[in-house]
Formats: sequence, C-alpha cells, structure tokens
Amino acid sequence: MQKEKKKKIVRRIRINADKCNGCRACELICSAYHAVPRYSSNNPARSRIRVVRDPLADIFIPVYAGDYAVAECAGRDKYIIDGKEYDECAFCRVSCPSREEFKEPDSGLPLKCDMCEGEPEPLCVKWCLVGALVLEEREEAVEDTAVPEEMEELEIGLEALADRYGLGKIKDIVARMSKKD
Amino acid sequence: MEIDLTRGSIERVETDQRDTELYLGGLGTNAKILWDRVPPEVDPFSPDNLLIFSAGLLCGTPATGSTRTIVSTISPQTKLMAFSMMGGFFAPELKYAGYDKVILRGKSPDLVYLWIHNDKVEIRDASHLRGKGAVETEGLIKKELNQPKAQVASIGLAGENRVFFASIEQGRSSASRGGIGAVMGDKGVKAIAVRGTRDVHLARPAEFMGLCDEVLEYIKFRNENPIPGVMPILAGLGSPQEMAIHDEKWHTENFMWGNSRVRRKDFWTEEVANQWTETMDKARIRLLSCYNCPMTCGATISMPGHPTYMMKCFSKLTYTMAAFSDLDFGLRIAQRATEYGVDGFSTPQVMAFGLELYENGILTDDDMAGMPADNEERFFWLLDRIVRREGIGDILADGTYWAAQRIGRGADAYAHNNIKKHEQLPLKLSMLNPIYFLMYATGEKMNITQIEGQFPQAPFPKREQREEFVKDWIQVPDERFKQYFLDWELRGENSIPYYPTVEMCCDIVDWQERMHYIDDALGMCAGLSSFPLKPPYHIHNYPKFISAGAGIEMDEAKLSQAARRYRTLVRAINIRRGMRRKDDRPPKNHWKKRFPELEQKLLDAYYAFKGWNNDAIPTATTLRELNLDFVAEDFFKRGILTDDEDASSKAVLAEQQK
Ligand code: SF4
Ligand code: SF4
Repeated sequence: MQKEKKKKIVRRIRINADKCNGCRACELICSAYHAVPRYSSNNPARSRIRVVRDPLADIFIPVYAGDYAVAECAGRDKYIIDGKEYDECAFCRVSCPSREEFKEPDSGLPLKCDMCEGEPEPLCVKWCLVGALVLEEREEAVEDTAVPEEMEELEIGLEALADRYGLGKIKDIVARMSKKD
Repeated sequence: MEIDLTRGSIERVETDQRDTELYLGGLGTNAKILWDRVPPEVDPFSPDNLLIFSAGLLCGTPATGSTRTIVSTISPQTKLMAFSMMGGFFAPELKYAGYDKVILRGKSPDLVYLWIHNDKVEIRDASHLRGKGAVETEGLIKKELNQPKAQVASIGLAGENRVFFASIEQGRSSASRGGIGAVMGDKGVKAIAVRGTRDVHLARPAEFMGLCDEVLEYIKFRNENPIPGVMPILAGLGSPQEMAIHDEKWHTENFMWGNSRVRRKDFWTEEVANQWTETMDKARIRLLSCYNCPMTCGATISMPGHPTYMMKCFSKLTYTMAAFSDLDFGLRIAQRATEYGVDGFSTPQVMAFGLELYENGILTDDDMAGMPADNEERFFWLLDRIVRREGIGDILADGTYWAAQRIGRGADAYAHNNIKKHEQLPLKLSMLNPIYFLMYATGEKMNITQIEGQFPQAPFPKREQREEFVKDWIQVPDERFKQYFLDWELRGENSIPYYPTVEMCCDIVDWQERMHYIDDALGMCAGLSSFPLKPPYHIHNYPKFISAGAGIEMDEAKLSQAARRYRTLVRAINIRRGMRRKDDRPPKNHWKKRFPELEQKLLDAYYAFKGWNNDAIPTATTLRELNLDFVAEDFFKRGILTDDEDASSKAVLAEQQK
C-alpha cells in the first residue's frame, strides 16, 4: 500500500470516569448505530464501548473496543487507584478469547470502535449528556495507509475467522461460495 | 413468560398483539391479565394471585428514560390492585433477553430464585439466601452465576416475612408501594436475575431516532433553562433534588414530622443547612442514573460503619422526619431499610405511629418490652422487630390501618394518614385544593406524587409571569389549559377553592392522570414525562414514538382512548373487589379547611366526566365504548351494575341522602 504523509483530523475521546453515572446510553447508541440497517435494532452486547460498572465499589469505566487478540494475556495485574481495586481487564480495549466483551454475541467476531466514521461527532459522545465522554480533534500529519474503514473491519473479521478455523478452511469456503454465484 | 412455582413449570407465551394495541403494554396489559385471571375472591396471599413483572412498551428502545418495570399484583395492604414501578436496569435487560413480562403464579414450597439468560430459564434453589439483605442477595447471585452484568430484583427479610409494605429492590431503584415484596416472599421467590444479549428492534428506525434526538435536545435545553418562579423540584426534570440539591428548606418546613403531625415552620436554619450539607457531601459518593438516562436522580451513599448502598426517591428525608432527627440518622437507617426491603414512605410512618401509640398509652411497656430509651435507637429497634414480625413488630408489619384494627383501644384515630388503607406522604395543609382533592380521592396508585404533574401546583402571583409561562407551553393537550392557568389568581374570585372551577378541575386532573397512565404502559420514567412541568415527552410526541418504535399506528386520540381504557380497567378490578365511592376520599385531616358540598360536587362531576356512575362504577355505556364489554357483562352478572344504570345510581343517591 502507498504510504504518504497526509494532514488528517485525529479524533480522540477524553474519558472522564469521574463524571460517568453508569447509564450505559453510550453502549445503547453505539450498538444502534452499527445495526444493519442503521438504527434498526439495538443491543448493548454488540456495542463497541462498554461501561465496566460496579456501583457499590464506585467503579465506572467506559472503555472503547480496540484491537483483536488471538490469545488472552498470560497474567493480569491488579491496580489499586484511590483505594479502589481494578482488574487489568477493566481498562483493556482488546477483544480477546477470555471474555464476551467486544464480540458479536452471535458470531463471536471481534468488534472495534470506528469513531463512528462519517458522523460529525461519535454517537456515544453525543449521547453522554453528563460529559463523561468528550471529543477532542487535532490536525496531525500522519502516514496515510489509506485503508478504508470497511476494509479494515473486514480484515479484522477475516483474521479472527482464520484464527478460529484455519486459513485453508476459509479459502475453501470462499472458493465454494464463489462457485455458487 | 409464565412460571408456575407450585409445579415448577416454565412456559413461553407469545405476547398478544391485539391486547398490546388495546392496552399498550406495562401497566395496561398487566391490568388485562389481572382482570382475566385473578377473580375478586382471590386473596393476595393465595397461590392464585399473580405477580407480574412487565417491561414497558418502549423499554429497550433508545427512548431516553424508558426504564420502568411495572410490577402488578393484588396488594396485601389495600386488597386492591397494587401499582408499583421501578426504574433502574431490569426492564431493558428483560427486553434484551427477549421477554415483555414475567408472570409468576402458584407458590414454591422452598425459597427459590429465577435465572433468566436469553432462552435459558431456570428455577434455582435460594435456601442459602434466606434472611439475606436485598442488596446483599443481588451481589451473591451475580457472583454465584458469574454474571456481573445480570440485573437482579430481590427481596429482603421484610418480603420473606410478608411485611405488608415490603418492597422489591433492584440496583438503584425499588418497587415499593402496595407491599408487592410480601407477595413475592409469599410465592417463595427471593429474586429474579436476568441477562439478555438479544436485539431489540424498531419499526421505523430513522423516524424514531429523530424523535430521540429531539428529546435529548430538549433535556439539554431544560437543564440549561430551569423554569423560573417555581421550587427547584418543579423547575427542571427528573428528581435531582433528592441527591444533588442540599437545600431542604421546602420539604422540612412544609411536610409534617413524626406520625404526620407536626409542622416545623422555622426548622431550616443556617446551622441545620450547614450540618446537613456536610453530612450529604461526606456520604454521597456519586450521582447515578437509570439505564439510558442522563438525569442522575440517585446516588451511592456510604455512611461510616454501614455498607455502601444506593439511594433512590425521597427516602433521604422520610426516616429523618418521622424520627425528628437529622440527615445523618436518615441516611444510616435508610441503608438498613434498603437491605430489609421496605417501602420508604410507609415504614417511617408506621414506626412513628407505633411510638405515638406508646406515648399516648395505647401501647404499653409490655407491648414494647426491650425497647431502648434513645429516640434513634428506637427506630432501629422497631425496624428490626417489624421485618422479623417479632412481638409488636408483627402487628405493625401490617401497616397502620390493619395494626390499628388489631390493637383496638382507639388506635384507629392515630392511623390518620391513609388513603384506601395505605400510608400517604406526611402532608397536612390549610385550605382544600380542589385539583388535589380529586387526585387524592380518586387516584388508584395510592401515591399522590404519581398522579400529579404537568399543571402548576399553584398560581403564579403576576399575570406577566403567567403569560411568560404559557408562551412555550407546548405540552398542553389543548389551548384551553393555558387559559385556565392565565386566569388563576392567588386571591379573589379566581382563586382556590372555587377556581379552577369544578369542570376545569376535572379536565386538569384527567390530563395529569392520563399522562401518568401512559408512562406506566410505555415504561417511561415520570421524571421525564408526567411529573415535571414542561417535560420532553408529552401527548403530542408520544404517539409518534409508539408508531415508529412498536409499529402500532397511533395518534393522540387513540392513545388517550387506550389510556382511558386501562385506567377504567384498573378501576373495574378494584370495583369488583368491593371499592366504591365511600373509599374515594383523602385523609380526614389532610386539609384544615374543608368544603364538603364542593367536594361532593367535584366527585359527582368527575365521575360523570369519566363515565362512571354516582357510586364510582364505570357505566355499561362507558365500558362498551372502551371495548370493555366483558367488564360490563361481569358487572351485570355480579349485580354490580343493573340493567337500568340510572336506577342504580339513583338508589345510591338515595342511600347517601339517608
Ligand atoms: S453515556 Fe456517559 S455517563 Fe452514561 S455510561 Fe456512558 S460514559 Fe457513563
Ligand atoms: S465512537 Fe462510535 S463506534 Fe466508537 S464506541 Fe462510540 S459510538 Fe461506538
């Protein structure tokens, strides 16, 4: 792929966990936005953001889905912050085999936050009226790998499938499917 | 989904589309099921009584604030239909699991809990949870199932022991009124845990999301622009004053203390304000919201020496005021009460009532053997006795009305703050307010705050203020309501009690009630709809939400008619259980200055307006008009209505004039 320096708006979401009230509106709207057709359904289990919530321990952490990992990590740390104990997983953005987070509940395929590409503002930010999620935009010179968003999603999905079933199998199926057409 | 606890069977029943169209969902279809399947002879603690958990029609959709679970059964306290609701996270989770309702019938021989995980439904042993607190139970079940995301509705000791005002607790909310926790305990169900990962679909997504955007915009606007000239609780949306606002001058000086007896007009001094602010600041960890709602009406509270808990609604002050104590005490005892699972309105009243009987020699040292001398300790002691049904606690556990009957010796004069045998907010006022008179008398929700809203509680002093108020009053169902308000004065001819006129009062109360009934079917929180002035949801956008969300073609007239239909059905259920005009009355001492003639006129007119006869029974014509022919037939069969409706109402009138 061609690599060139390009000016690009980089979006970043500032998460202020202190402001989160645990309503999970962000989960709901994210899943609705990514439904096909758009908004036709919602299901927080499909969301690309999740709120780790344990009200009695005062734990409220919104986390965005990041990369996909084939294997879970070998060991996990515990963090004590302000007297509250967090499992490392609470902050982790990875779609990994050890938990149901950031996976399609039916297929198990990984999900990744796409910053609601195409929308003026990420939907989760828009729906978080208490301001726990705030969008920051900066212009940055970046190496443009020019992978369109859908392609990237497809790639992640395929990679996950290949991991599960083996690349050979996937190739076979694709070959079979293309014959049917 | 139907669960027969006696047989241990689980059945999935398709939701009846036609009933959904007629009664919407939530409360509406609950009422239909109770009418069809719980005949009036059935005792609240009979296996034949049903306990229905229902998600409102819009729960699980992106409609902001649509979170309510409507729990319906026959109340052990009133013997009428119980009318309790809770916010939180339970109803949406139930929807994501693929269900509209959970209907419990029969009685389990052993204590059990239900585990609903999408298609998988299990009845599980709960013997190890016996006696556990409601919040504690929630944590234990989540751990046992290894399901931190499950939502759990549970009862505490009070429910297990069938305390008549036991609640069902769930996360930061509870269904408290009417003693439904007692019915759950009687059925042998400690908790229901639910987890759902299914899709909830919208009929017309783009349109629906457009409506949601408008609501969110409106909430933002209202938050930035509180309504001027009214107290904080009415100026915005939700009920943020419970946890976020420190200034409690209004509640502490206007509500009654003790057993709803004493008004303390100069209570709120600078010293109290400082002390209470400090208490609250120390105790409150975080403000919380229900599912998909930005309003932060609840909070996590942590008092030294007590486990952290979540506080909801007005229990912030109910215990404090019943005990003539301070906020520190209120927050401490509310923690224990939440674990026990009791109603935060009834419980403090019942305890204050017990102490008042004791102070007046009706209850003796024998009755109160072992009671500590310290005032606050007494409340803790009474609470423990009540939820265990030990000694005097066993009697008080039935609520003030039934306790007074059992105690005798004139105790009933002290059970002075009930409507239909149910404890009310401790409010005693000076002059009759005709709008509130109608709401108190005819409301079936046993809780005045769940009927009021929409129309200002009092006139604004200046005409300019009123003109300003009506300018963007888009929520009115009809322009005439603006005129009612514009002409309403503090003094003179157009003032209370003769203005608003009888006809206007009927109209206003009907609007207020209609909005609450719509919310209760849709599962919408009253805090964003029927309770505040100028809310984001109203009669003009609701039909669009229903059409675009549930795919049921709806307009304002059809929606109003549906609300009228199940509102009438609720009345019919209660009529069949013996309720009549004589029961439609506020507490005797609610207002110092009463107007008996006007009150009778108000009732006559309101019944006529509702299409009920003079004994508060819906007429056959009304019933047929509302597609409730089956109710009319039942009424005829039972002799509740006779062929000649006029004759029957005449007989009632004659009866009254005797
Ligand atoms: S929408 Fe905001 S407040 Fe609500 S859970 Fe998400 S981050 Fe927290
Ligand atoms: S930015 Fe968009 S895709 Fe990412 S979590 Fe928020 S709503 Fe989902």
